[in-house]
Amino acid sequence: MSKRPEHQAPPEVYYGVDEARKYTQNSRIIEVQEKCTERALELLTLPDDQSCLLLDLGCGSGLSGEAITDQGHMWVGMDISSSMLDVAMDREVEGDMLLADIGNGVPFRPAMFDGAISISAVQWLCYSDSAAHKPAKRLYRLFMTLFASLARGSRAVFQFYPENDAQVELIVSQAMRAGFTGGLVVDYPNSTRAKKIYLVLMTGGGTLPRGLQDQNESGSLQAQYQRRERMKQIRSGKVPKRAWIMHKKERRRKQGKEVRRDSKFTGRKRSGRF
Amino acid sequence: MLTSKGIKNVKEGFPLKIQADEVKNVDIDFDQDFISKMVPKLDWNALIFAAQCVGHKEDLPDTLPEGYENDEDLLRKLHHILLEVEVINGCLECPETQRKFPISNGIPNMLLNEDEV
Repeated sequence: MSKRPEHQAPPEVYYGVDEARKYTQNSRIIEVQEKCTERALELLTLPDDQSCLLLDLGCGSGLSGEAITDQGHMWVGMDISSSMLDVAMDREVEGDMLLADIGNGVPFRPAMFDGAISISAVQWLCYSDSAAHKPAKRLYRLFMTLFASLARGSRAVFQFYPENDAQVELIVSQAMRAGFTGGLVVDYPNSTRAKKIYLVLMTGGGTLPRGLQDQNESGSLQAQYQRRERMKQIRSGKVPKRAWIMHKKERRRKQGKEVRRDSKFTGRKRSGRF
Repeated sequence: MLTSKGIKNVKEGFPLKIQADEVKNVDIDFDQDFISKMVPKLDWNALIFAAQCVGHKEDLPDTLPEGYENDEDLLRKLHHILLEVEVINGCLECPETQRKFPISNGIPNMLLNEDEV
């Protein structure tokens, strides 16, 4: 069975009591969510000195909301999992929350929000959990109602984990159909783990920001290559034993570990007298 | 701010009638700029209606006075009604279909059934 949670159960079932609690206690998830939110807020390009009203689609337990609060903005969150929202209430996050299915549209009055973000949520809409769920239709409904409830000139940033290219295409095409302009911003495209896909949607004009690149990407590749070459040499016995041991000792010293001092006996074989 | 527009055949779906069974006051820092930015987005009549529903009408004027940006007293009142009054339990009622959306633990449940979409 696939590991993707989207394959296992619909979101309101998958994020039950246990999963909601686990999700919010996992420090790695917290860190990733925070980073994504910060980056998404950066992509929103909100005015610096004002506090804005943002919409958080798929707010979950309010991890992303906390990052919004930290930046001094107000937010309203929507999520389909009541367990996640309960966790958010327990954690006393500052935003208001709403139990609703974003696939049914955003139930707000026109031009209420200065921006919208969504962290790892929108890919859930690509799966149909019942006969009445048509992914394309639900996505379109979301984007259409969202377009209406955003103030002119504001942006919406969706961070999501697509399973394949078809999903990306589906999401982007539905967003464009709803009247948004914009496109994908991919951070760290060459890394499997750090790669993050953001869909930046604009209601007015504007230019699409560029994705972040990993600076020492080529460096790290080179380092890998060097290490492989060195290991090859050692295994083939081209590097003398003593040099290899000295190298290891030096390394462990740098790591702050206890290492025997070097002497003339270092790296010698024992005489056979033992 | 909420509407029941998502329901089939509902045109306006606004304002939702608030039926508050339990209301809580929370303290949130006052931010004058934010509130005065919010005012043009609000439907004043709907706000007064909502304030009446939760029993916090107090002395808000029936129409929006001119020059509200500099009226700190009024903005403080708005801040109170917009952000600090929270309905913990109760329900929201759609003005057209009378569909009720329950509020529990401060979270309105806006989930719709499949036949309502």
